[in-house]
Amino acid sequence: MRIAVCVKHVPEGPSHIDPSTKRLDRSGEGALNHFDANAVEEALRLKGDSDTEVVAVSLGPQQALDSLRKALAMGADRAVLVSDDAAAGSDLVATSRLLAAALEREEADLVLFGQQASDADGAVLWAAVAERLGRPVVSQAMELAVDGGTVRVKRQTEFGYDTLEAPLPAVVAVSDAINEPRYPSLKGIMGAKKKQQDVVSLADLGVDAGEAGEAGSLTTVLALGEPPARGDARKIEDDGNAAQEIVDFLAEKRLV
Amino acid sequence: MPTVVFLESHGNELQKGSLGVLAKAVSLGDGDVGAVIAGEGARSLAAEAGKFGAAKVWACEDSEVAQPLPQPRVDLLEQVVEEGGYDTVLFANSVLAADVAAGLAARLDAGLNWDLADVELRDGELVGKRPALQDSVYADVGWSSTPRLALFRAGSFDAAPAGGGEPEIADTSPAYKSYSTAVQLVSQDAAESGGGPSIEDSDVIVAGGRGLGSPDNFTLAEELAKALGGAVGATRAVVDAGWYPYSAQIGQTGKTVSPKLYVALGISGAIQHKVGMQGSGTIVAINKDPNAPIFEFSDLGVVGDVHEIVPKLTELVRARKG
Repeated sequence: MRIAVCVKHVPEGPSHIDPSTKRLDRSGEGALNHFDANAVEEALRLKGDSDTEVVAVSLGPQQALDSLRKALAMGADRAVLVSDDAAAGSDLVATSRLLAAALEREEADLVLFGQQASDADGAVLWAAVAERLGRPVVSQAMELAVDGGTVRVKRQTEFGYDTLEAPLPAVVAVSDAINEPRYPSLKGIMGAKKKQQDVVSLADLGVDAGEAGEAGSLTTVLALGEPPARGDARKIEDDGNAAQEIVDFLAEKRLV
Repeated sequence: MPTVVFLESHGNELQKGSLGVLAKAVSLGDGDVGAVIAGEGARSLAAEAGKFGAAKVWACEDSEVAQPLPQPRVDLLEQVVEEGGYDTVLFANSVLAADVAAGLAARLDAGLNWDLADVELRDGELVGKRPALQDSVYADVGWSSTPRLALFRAGSFDAAPAGGGEPEIADTSPAYKSYSTAVQLVSQDAAESGGGPSIEDSDVIVAGGRGLGSPDNFTLAEELAKALGGAVGATRAVVDAGWYPYSAQIGQTGKTVSPKLYVALGISGAIQHKVGMQGSGTIVAINKDPNAPIFEFSDLGVVGDVHEIVPKLTELVRARKG
């Protein structure tokens, strides 16, 4: 079996948006999106001692290799980075197109995603990628098992817990409640350097530059502004009468 | 701007968040707004959608959409967008709706702006408001082609009936892709979801954090929530510690809520929690640490001991409500 895990390299520390491009500044230090570590961990757990191959796949600048190496250090077998200047600024439509093109080449039985990107709070990419691949998709997985050609998933929704089954090949996004990602061992970190790391361009994927980056995106950022301010705020110390003061406040706002 | 709204139904009830988006779409006042309802009893829910201003309801009761799974709904929406000539499709965020919206974006090669807190018409153009970087920045976002897809944060809009009449009902049955119907629901277990009102649909939420001191003290939050007619929420810290179920978790990795009233008990207000609740109408926080970040975004901050204040507060609220 082959499992592909999609991972994102996200900025570390306080992030800011570059006013000229209106994009997130990705020039500083970055790290593996910690939600994706759950997906890597789950792939490694499914692999166990079997001959299953785990491939980490990312789209991003060259620095994203750092995050892919983290996945390799955790135990992934191989890494693929889609990196191309023309891909910068890709929105959901363009990103899903590029990632799907890279995943098509891998012919993975199972494609895993983490539950969201910690930089852009995006939590929708898997469904778009699954659609492009023409595969069944399940999100919010909190338990995952593969049995022959079927993946069985326990997931959480707003209404409770569902158990679902899908035939492979399939796409699954895991919740961060699914496991506790391992820390890479020193041996793992040393070994990662020797593992295969391929960097592919849009041309390698057969994707036209006009279908990627801002040119291939259908959403735009028009302007950046301040968040709306909150009204008058009050802060009091409890002198034994705070409960009454809260009720009065709620009554004044017609909330009780 | 022919617009259609995806209405999510659960237990034969339309979800408040999606009705809020419908009401918002109608209030933009740019032509008739359609609604899509999928699942058992879809037709019977059409009248309810009409009250919130839907002029036409596309109802699908096919067995393929009986379960709350996204992919058959992508097939349905593709058909509705084409048949109805819609150039704008709006969704209220949920586990289901997010997957439907993203799937449809890829199917139609249509721009999707997600996590929007608001939307407006500016010179006839649709402009979305998207909070970013832990809500420290508000971006105005647009679309460079049609159809335009938008996914709104839970509870961005009040679900106020618009006084609409009986909508026209169009029974719809799309062709389903084989991969769209490949996922099968084996079993459903709603028992663990708490039993109380759902936090996303509640006007009042009382949430507890580490400052409650122990799992048993969650009864303080439960009693106050009951008195106020609200639901109970929890921070990630107490969910991780096993004090309260994950289904009640509010924050970046839990639910995003925006009730009219949010009462935070013993919650420090870490970013992880803040992003899930700062859209709330009025925020009241009780915390013994005067430097807790939660006071920076509370309307009423009370520095004090939750164990002293909350029982008294619950009594006073009960007394007031008689």
